Amino acid sequence: MALVLTLLVGLASALASLGSVSLLLVLWGGLKTVLPLDAALAGGLLLGALAWALARRERLRPPPMVLAGLGLGLVWALAAGGDPYRLGLAPFWNLLAPLVAGGFAGLATGYGLREVRLERPDSEAWELVGLRLLRGAAFLVFVFMVVFPFWAMVAASLKPRAEFLADPANLGLPLHVFSEGFWPGLKKMLVGYREVLVTFKFLRYIGNTAFVSVSTMFITLALAVLGAYAVARLEFRGRAVMERAILLTYMFPAIVLAIPLYTIFTQLGLRDNLIGLIIVYLAQTLPVALYMLRSYFETIPASLEEAGLIDGCSRFEVIWRITLPLALPALASVGLYVFMIAWNEFLFAFMFLDTPELFTLSRGMVGLNSQEVPRQFLMAGAVIVTVPIMILFFWFEKYLVGGLTAGGVKG
Amino acid sequence: MQRGLKAREARLAFWMLLPTFSIVIAIVILPVIANFWIAFKPIQLGDLRPPRPAVRESVRSRPQAPGEALVVRYRVQNRTDNPITWARIEDALPPGLTPTELPQACRLQTAKIVCELPQGLEPKQTVNLTLRFTAGPAYFAAGAPYPRDTRPVVESKAPNPILARPFTLENFRVVLTDPDFWPMLKVTLAYTIFGTLLSILLGLFAAQLLSPPFAGRQVLRGLFLFPYVAPVIAVAFTWVFLLDPFAGTINALLLKYGFVHDPIPFLSQRYWPVQFFGLTVQLPLALTMVILFEGWRYFPFAFLFILARLQAIPGELYEAARVDGAGIWASFRFVTLPQVVGILATLFLLRFIWTFNKFDDIFLLTGGAAGTETITIKVYDFAFARANLGQGAAQAVILFAILALFLVVYFRYAPKGEV
Repeated sequence: MALVLTLLVGLASALASLGSVSLLLVLWGGLKTVLPLDAALAGGLLLGALAWALARRERLRPPPMVLAGLGLGLVWALAAGGDPYRLGLAPFWNLLAPLVAGGFAGLATGYGLREVRLERPDSEAWELVGLRLLRGAAFLVFVFMVVFPFWAMVAASLKPRAEFLADPANLGLPLHVFSEGFWPGLKKMLVGYREVLVTFKFLRYIGNTAFVSVSTMFITLALAVLGAYAVARLEFRGRAVMERAILLTYMFPAIVLAIPLYTIFTQLGLRDNLIGLIIVYLAQTLPVALYMLRSYFETIPASLEEAGLIDGCSRFEVIWRITLPLALPALASVGLYVFMIAWNEFLFAFMFLDTPELFTLSRGMVGLNSQEVPRQFLMAGAVIVTVPIMILFFWFEKYLVGGLTAGGVKG
Repeated sequence: MQRGLKAREARLAFWMLLPTFSIVIAIVILPVIANFWIAFKPIQLGDLRPPRPAVRESVRSRPQAPGEALVVRYRVQNRTDNPITWARIEDALPPGLTPTELPQACRLQTAKIVCELPQGLEPKQTVNLTLRFTAGPAYFAAGAPYPRDTRPVVESKAPNPILARPFTLENFRVVLTDPDFWPMLKVTLAYTIFGTLLSILLGLFAAQLLSPPFAGRQVLRGLFLFPYVAPVIAVAFTWVFLLDPFAGTINALLLKYGFVHDPIPFLSQRYWPVQFFGLTVQLPLALTMVILFEGWRYFPFAFLFILARLQAIPGELYEAARVDGAGIWASFRFVTLPQVVGILATLFLLRFIWTFNKFDDIFLLTGGAAGTETITIKVYDFAFARANLGQGAAQAVILFAILALFLVVYFRYAPKGEV
């Protein structure tokens, strides 16, 4: 029974590992590689048998299995004439792919069987190993599912149209441009970005979007701090009703507001106007911001503020000097959340803005989605819209995740 | 004393909440009321521009020597379908002109011609105002200015059609008897239910994956949030590009590996026949893709909340279950699931409502074509594609009525303290 278990794990690991490497090679190099099934089967069985033999002496640990996997990869590569994936590159690169595949298969086998009692595998052991295999597969699927579109976005933005049309399955970077030298190559690679930023005026749209998002963020924060403080600290009638009302506005569909706002703003002359856009974004973000800040203020002990009040500070001095410094993490969360909503917003920007000088990035992107514009430019635009949000996201991940869980981004 | 303090506190609260309240009332509450109003009025998109008379000035006769006549005609036209109640035209009067014939509406002021139409203009009405002058020497001394060189300034008043038009139920009749009405509701429901379930299910899986600690977990958590925090326009266009039947990567891969012989038009075909145990099932292809996108884009939301909940489960519970002989499935079923069921219910209600309200995603992916027209797309379609604001507003009222139903359910059944 133990042998069956180890063989199964070995096979699954080898199939997953060699299959993933094949897929990556197709996507990276546009090579017509299919899964090397015979190698995967043979390697998997060997790995499984080896794991079984090793586990008879002591509990199995991953490092020896990785070494075994690397060895098998090397043997396979040499048996196939040094280039089992038929890459046709320099010997080093030809060898790298089978080595990575083999090593990874060994690692997966080792982890799958780690600390499992192989002397007498009971149902628990089977369950544990089965779960590990499923987890491993799920990891591969999830990571691929999330990374693939973003990778495709970047790769396509760097590729000339003709090169892309010749082989749309190839999402590798066009590294051959560097053969002309680094700077000319880089310039050639980034031509889509230059076009989009200059010819399609995205530089201007970046400025507009930044203006709208930053203004929305600061105004929302200022107003939400006042409102949240009132709800959290002050006694007044109708507090409970207000909380409900805040939640309710949070569930309003933007499209229901779109027609009347379009009508009213057109007649007031606020429609094709960035200030009008900021006002709409304020209404979209204020209730949630207030709600999030209120929950945070309630965790700050009121006694600190009362001490300030007794010392003769006014309410606003208390807020400025005591409450806000304590609430800085919450302010960062809420601010980022508001910034993100305003930066990403599409519907109102699309409906309100007609004048190209006023376009935000979302609005400007619509113009790139046409048959006349190469897909390369469209993807370059997508990268330009996405990158600032991603940078913020990785810098302030802790705060952003806090903001997301505290309020839940509407979307 | 105590009472005065309380009143002061309430007043302070009022002032602190005033800005938020005014903005929410102005941009959320009033527009919803305005939407109901518009829904009962026959209003087109073009009615938003206030009707203004178009004025064309022509010179019928131009004097060549002193004593000859100068004839100017203003053709005032209301080209719109809305009445104009008052109009006034003002133009510069060259020097040295003596009026011989003026229409009743017109009079001369210092260096100005002023014509006023106190009755205004009916829709499509045209009024011609012909003015005759005799040119004196001063006119030629000033270089015989051509009257058309100065443009007439037009002022006008017109009732706002949104206020003036009569109330009608016509918009609702059009919307409710639309042949697509019931199919559209079915598509909306399918999109909402399956999109919600898929995103929560994927979120539950992802949270399970990342719940035990391991190296690189933080990075993966950040990675998993990508689809959700990235701008919708960027990810939607990326998927449109990837799924393109001619130059899309997905189709190219499928062709390369021989899974299909012809590219699949993922986002532009309504049905795709699928062989299923010898039966041919018509899979609603574009709708399925849109639902998959919904699951892909919003699973991080569910993931984040479920993960937070999972990490709050005390480890002793699992140990106790193990001691009691529970296997992996049993400990999931009897320890994990009861702990997350509350958050799952809340997430379902919340995401259900938000998915129902969703517009951007489908609009950017398919534009509502190929059997993906949901109710929000329909609102846009009536109001802007067909340029009929009244019908769009009526459709929005119906959307709102259905949403109100869901909201009642939400506030009744959503567990307190979650989300």
